[in-house]
Amino acid sequence: MALVQIAAAGPVIPNYAAQSSSCEVHNRFFCGEWVSRNWGPVLWPALREHVLLAVVAVAIGFAISMVLALAAHRYAWLERPTILVTTILYTIPALALFELLAAPVGLNVYSAEIALVSYTLLILVRNILAGLRAVPAEVLDAAEGAGMSRRQTLVRVELPLALPAIIAGLRIAIVTIIALATIVYVVYDRGLGVPIHTALGEGPFKTELIVAGGLAIGLALVADGLLVLVQRLLTPWTRARAG
Amino acid sequence: MHEFIEAFRFIAHNGAVSGYPELPSLTHLALETLKVGAIGVAISVVLAVPLGVWLGHLHRGSFIAINVGNIGRALPSLVVLAIGDAFLGLGLTVVEVALVILAVPPIVTNAYLAVDGVDRDLVDAAKGMGMSELEILTRVELPLAVPLLFAGIRTAALFVISTTTIAALAGFSGSLGDVIANETSYHFSGVLGAAICVAVLALAVDGALTLVQRTITPRGLREVKLEQSPALAAEAAAT
Repeated sequence: MALVQIAAAGPVIPNYAAQSSSCEVHNRFFCGEWVSRNWGPVLWPALREHVLLAVVAVAIGFAISMVLALAAHRYAWLERPTILVTTILYTIPALALFELLAAPVGLNVYSAEIALVSYTLLILVRNILAGLRAVPAEVLDAAEGAGMSRRQTLVRVELPLALPAIIAGLRIAIVTIIALATIVYVVYDRGLGVPIHTALGEGPFKTELIVAGGLAIGLALVADGLLVLVQRLLTPWTRARAG
Repeated sequence: MHEFIEAFRFIAHNGAVSGYPELPSLTHLALETLKVGAIGVAISVVLAVPLGVWLGHLHRGSFIAINVGNIGRALPSLVVLAIGDAFLGLGLTVVEVALVILAVPPIVTNAYLAVDGVDRDLVDAAKGMGMSELEILTRVELPLAVPLLFAGIRTAALFVISTTTIAALAGFSGSLGDVIANETSYHFSGVLGAAICVAVLALAVDGALTLVQRTITPRGLREVKLEQSPALAAEAAAT
């Protein structure tokens, strides 16, 4: 029924002028009215998708990096190949990696996430390893003397002491990924890259660029701040020592 | 996998001389990418190395040096390009400005950490030997700082190559990004071929800079390669 009505109405020619303010027509520096009109349909969904893309990428990247770093920590010979492979992945420019993945994987969420995850690995593996390495030998001796098994030492001594370095890695990773996720749109039509791309296609329309870009930067700073808070809560002893 | 074969065919066809009327050869585009990037990195090095080294020498401004690095990472290159585009119109100048904005932070941060992290005992020993401040800087601190300082420049060079291709998405032509951003003309195989070229270019530049770094690193420091070679050594240290 609805289809018939649409067909009967003829081609739909949207009348942009009717709903555009003069600010938009003249492409002034910033049009607040445009933002309030497009927040619901365009900006808010893009922001939510962006958060999801970044959080999923960092979560998966963290899980993989943890396994790689613990393996390299236990078997020292694994460190060199792990760092080499993750460095090569990190070195490939983002746009190229997205396109390279598009051939075998397709234009979908998997290409986007695989590329994003691959950029977190080097950052996270390096920081987790650096954190574990920095645990003083005396502390390890004390743990052994207290009768802790290897696993107990790892879980109850080494990982907690490595937490500041691990969270520092997570901060770098999330900020990097939020910035990178703005070009995810080339393989997967989600995130803040979409309004940025639209705006560039339109001429470019300043308000949309400023709002979408500002949201991406703001999101990165908020995520960074949240992780600082998490670190404060999880590692109260580092503050006690400093104070 | 078929696409990959087609992509390599595209590279073979357009590598040295172009098969497309509108497209310069891939070698030409790669060299252009390199040129645009080299200008950006050169400007950034001139601006950032003295600042970072100076702050590191004074052991001051760690908050600025480290947080400038973090803010730099938070700026998406496409956003920087797009905003530059909105105000100045997209040309080589805007692209270079964007490249410099993205390349300066990692260089400043690493230069700072490199010089700041030089063993204080060595600096004291140099002072005891009667070296002037300038001598301490140029003959003790800078040589010891080379690995980390170079790590920053390498990170910056990668950002720059990456961003030069992304600039094509914002409408800047004259790099390998031209092919990547124009699937309509070059088909998926062309896009993939150009992406492979960009990846190879990035790895080659990183390799070349690593070689330079090895040559100018003092012999005594070359042993500790693994700890300091990849670009992110500084970040673990920063925290």
